Amino acid sequence: MALPIYASPLERVWHWTYKVICTAIFIFLIAPILIVIPLSFNAEPYFTFTEKMLSFDPEGYSLRWYDMLLTFGMQAPDGPRDWSWWRDVLANATWFDVAWNSIIIGFFSTILATGLGTLAALGLSRSEMPWRRSIMAVLISPMIVPIIITATGLFFFYSKIEIQKWGVPYLGIIMAHATLGIPFVIITVTATLSGFDHSLSRAAASLGANPRTTFFKVIMPLILPGVVSGALFAFVTSFDEVVMVLFIAGHDEQTIPRQMWNGIREQISPAILAVATILVVVSIALLATVEILRRRSEKLRGVTAG
Amino acid sequence: MKKILTLSTALTAVGFAAAAQEVTVMSWGGAYTVSQVEAYHKPFTAETGIKVVSVDADNPATPIKAMVEAGNVTIDVADVEYADAIRLCDEGLLEEIDPSILPAAPDGTPATEDFLPGALTDCAVASIVFSTVFAYDTTKFPEGPTTMADFFDLEGFPGKRGMRKGAKANLEMALMADGVPADEVYALLETDEGVAQAFAMLDKIKADTIWWEAGAQPPQLLADGEVVMTTAYNGRIFAAQVAEAKPFEIVWDGQVYEYDLFVIPKGAPNMEAALEFVKFSTDTQRLADQAKWISYGPGRKSSGALVGLYQDGVTEMAPHMPTSAENLTNALASSYEFWVDRDSELNERFNAWLAQ
Amino acid sequence: MVAIETSGGEGLRGGLLTTADGKPLKQALAHAQARARRKALLLVVPLLAFIVITFVVPIGQLLFRSIHNDGFSANMPQISAWFDETKAGDAPDEAAYAALVADIAAAAEARTIGVVGTRVNYELSGTRSLFTSAGRNAEDLEPPYREALLDLNAKWGDPQLWGVMRSVSSAYSANFYLAALDLARDENGDIVRAPEDRRIYGMLFMRTLWLSALITGLCLILAYPVAHLLAVLPLAKSNLLMILVLLPFWTSLLVRTTSWMVMLQEQGVINNTMVALGLVGNESRIQMMYNQAGTIIAMTHILLPFMILPLYSVMRPINPSYVRAARSLGATSWTAFRRVYLPQTLPGIGAGALLVFILSVGYYITPALVGGASGQLISNLIAYHMQDSLNWSLAAALAALLLAGVLILYWLYDRLIGIDNLKLG
Repeated sequence: MALPIYASPLERVWHWTYKVICTAIFIFLIAPILIVIPLSFNAEPYFTFTEKMLSFDPEGYSLRWYDMLLTFGMQAPDGPRDWSWWRDVLANATWFDVAWNSIIIGFFSTILATGLGTLAALGLSRSEMPWRRSIMAVLISPMIVPIIITATGLFFFYSKIEIQKWGVPYLGIIMAHATLGIPFVIITVTATLSGFDHSLSRAAASLGANPRTTFFKVIMPLILPGVVSGALFAFVTSFDEVVMVLFIAGHDEQTIPRQMWNGIREQISPAILAVATILVVVSIALLATVEILRRRSEKLRGVTAG
Repeated sequence: MKKILTLSTALTAVGFAAAAQEVTVMSWGGAYTVSQVEAYHKPFTAETGIKVVSVDADNPATPIKAMVEAGNVTIDVADVEYADAIRLCDEGLLEEIDPSILPAAPDGTPATEDFLPGALTDCAVASIVFSTVFAYDTTKFPEGPTTMADFFDLEGFPGKRGMRKGAKANLEMALMADGVPADEVYALLETDEGVAQAFAMLDKIKADTIWWEAGAQPPQLLADGEVVMTTAYNGRIFAAQVAEAKPFEIVWDGQVYEYDLFVIPKGAPNMEAALEFVKFSTDTQRLADQAKWISYGPGRKSSGALVGLYQDGVTEMAPHMPTSAENLTNALASSYEFWVDRDSELNERFNAWLAQ
Repeated sequence: MVAIETSGGEGLRGGLLTTADGKPLKQALAHAQARARRKALLLVVPLLAFIVITFVVPIGQLLFRSIHNDGFSANMPQISAWFDETKAGDAPDEAAYAALVADIAAAAEARTIGVVGTRVNYELSGTRSLFTSAGRNAEDLEPPYREALLDLNAKWGDPQLWGVMRSVSSAYSANFYLAALDLARDENGDIVRAPEDRRIYGMLFMRTLWLSALITGLCLILAYPVAHLLAVLPLAKSNLLMILVLLPFWTSLLVRTTSWMVMLQEQGVINNTMVALGLVGNESRIQMMYNQAGTIIAMTHILLPFMILPLYSVMRPINPSYVRAARSLGATSWTAFRRVYLPQTLPGIGAGALLVFILSVGYYITPALVGGASGQLISNLIAYHMQDSLNWSLAAALAALLLAGVLILYWLYDRLIGIDNLKLG
């Protein structure tokens, strides 16, 4: 990005303007995400910086909204914080309840999406695969079709087959989220497989390994980073999803985003910002994991970073 | 499929073996649900051991219809408005409730005579009387608007307005603001001209109005400074005024009041517990207890005498009640006959008007 | 495994290549390939079946609902039969009125009169109450039924009402598509435009397209310089800056929408900052939320990474010597950009723009939370008809139109860019 020596004065001006513009866009990208973090420590029930916060007076900051995440929905929030108080939190606190649901739904839909998706990606990346393009288009389409349409369709479908009466908790919402996560698994795993050197599996075969051994000892370790990042994408998709939950989840299957939707519409108290802050930290962790995996995968495949 | 079914039976056996009896109650959220939890749910669980699960909706009548028509009912009791209770009952979406099972008043008066006129219907039992009022931020208008007409007067009282996203109560308020006496409102609304007149009135403030859906939103919009005055359910404003010391003031003019009633959707999964809950919650003491938490009038005559102070122990409830005589100088009783038939038509028109 | 023997004399029989077990080589090869195809397909089949069950079939059922609604025909059998026997335009006789009254009485008894009225009301506004009030009085009606009904309400003699009842007496109809396009049928069954105060869907489709185009354009303008910067910086630096793009991408949609609400409120961070800086007066705070502005700002932010990433992946491999060569041949920097650099990035622009446009056309959550009345998109109306008005057939018809539009764009994307070139992160 260094300026060539032959640059005219006009170009120099443009060069600096360009840098300012880019900085502004980066601020636009990141500021809304970072701004919720300090605001979640607000001692007052406002969504804006108070005077005390701006002068870094410790009194302007507090953990009261994080505390509220624990106590909201409890039977006896004011009792002494002993063993039974924490039991009450675990049993009744709304945010704990929805977090638990989110994790359960996210976990099982990820397993489902990753398992089926990885198998299919292995098939899709074989050169003999017939109707590859059309099948791929169908499998990716849940990502493209507006979720409201999928959710509406599933609402009627699940009512018709009476899925609630099957007695399997979370089944409907898990399948719905798996459907949404599958395109991500397909995309990441096929991308990993596209760089896969097929002579490796042929070498394994020629050295006497049967197909199963070849798969587990040779193919699997190489595509594992792709599978894991696909799984992370699928998990985040489920963890973040709210439209499906709004349309098809039972009242005992509410998730974190669903509870946030409630909270946002009724009152965006800083308690919502506390949840938001926790979620930002979670996404930073996930992002870091994916980045590490990506680099590892590139190293394994012998592709130079980038 | 077969495998899934086997799996499901296995999981059912594990998952629900230990599940205790429970009843799911759908209500309007926010301060109102809080008052119900305190006055009904907690004592009910303490007495019967049945757990009460509380679910919120913007208007519980809509999900009931969707649930019953889709054949997937997941709630046991819902709290709905009068016209909706009649309409849902007419459409066969509710279980009938025999009023003779309801508890008598402490002095032995049977429930059928103790409830306020019209508070018991084929499928519903009234719990409270509430009012759709308008309220303003006293820091913005120290003198304050005093009449319904002021709500529609953007020049005299500049600033954003908040209104419920729906036809009901808005059309009546618009006509009353236009000078129509309360007792002529529904006769006028029966005519196309009357409806047009109401929409013309709403047109005046349409560009400056933020439309709310959940009852908890209007006090929040006022508190955030997003609006300077808004229509709201009176109890929500009271809760913000008294419990949170917000500078709000209700204008008791041109408001529309009606019942909220408990109903049981057809095919409720826990019918017996639902009936128990309705019986328990609508007895004289419980209805009076709810008024300790929110300023709504109880649906029973015998409860009236038991209403005293707010749960803080100092605030007198009477002046805040939508049923107090001094608050009823220019108020309109919502007509269920009108809304039972016209609700969907006028809402359709309202939404077309809003989108344009 | 098929062992192929080509060198031995056995393998060459009559000039035909054969395998060790004597099959013609061509056939054996075809066998082997068919088996490989089957194997590949077998790996895909479980997922394909899953997607068909949880995605294709439900959407198919939804589409079916858009042309099928038996709310009238199932609950009004006698009058439906009368319509079957007569032809369009026949004036209703006493037999028709008798059948109608009998059906209304039966429907009122079965508590389905509301369903019937609602179905007719979809086609002819203001008629639901006609049916429900007739249902309440049905027991008192006595022959002659024509006079009895007309006494109740003169609208019962309206030829348009009878025309509508005839059209809804069949469970199948394309009328919900007409309604979704702001069209209706008049009493003769001709297609006309809906009354002016009900024309909203055409406008909403146009608004959705226009706002999506605007958001796509904004994303492109913002993404291009950033993607270029990331592409030309040394890798270590650009990887670091890339985090600023990827973090929003990984952050929950609701978190980002919440943040924008916090920023855009009248008492929010942006307004407060501007008031503190004296840019606007305390009384004239700018309304940036609960209107179109809110929808545009928040959606641009949320979709921006979807534009940056494809642009970046196209720009990174572009060799800088092309631009240098153009400069050395005398082009100004602007010409060099326009004639040399820009054309090379067109595939990225196409991929990003199409992706952002497709995603924004179907957006629901963000407009619902920050859009107010003027920032609603077509998805919000589908949700409204699904959850509030409960006009499910109309919701299905709107969804079908939206789906058709999205699928056309998707097909275009596949044609131009190729689905397998979709990359994440």
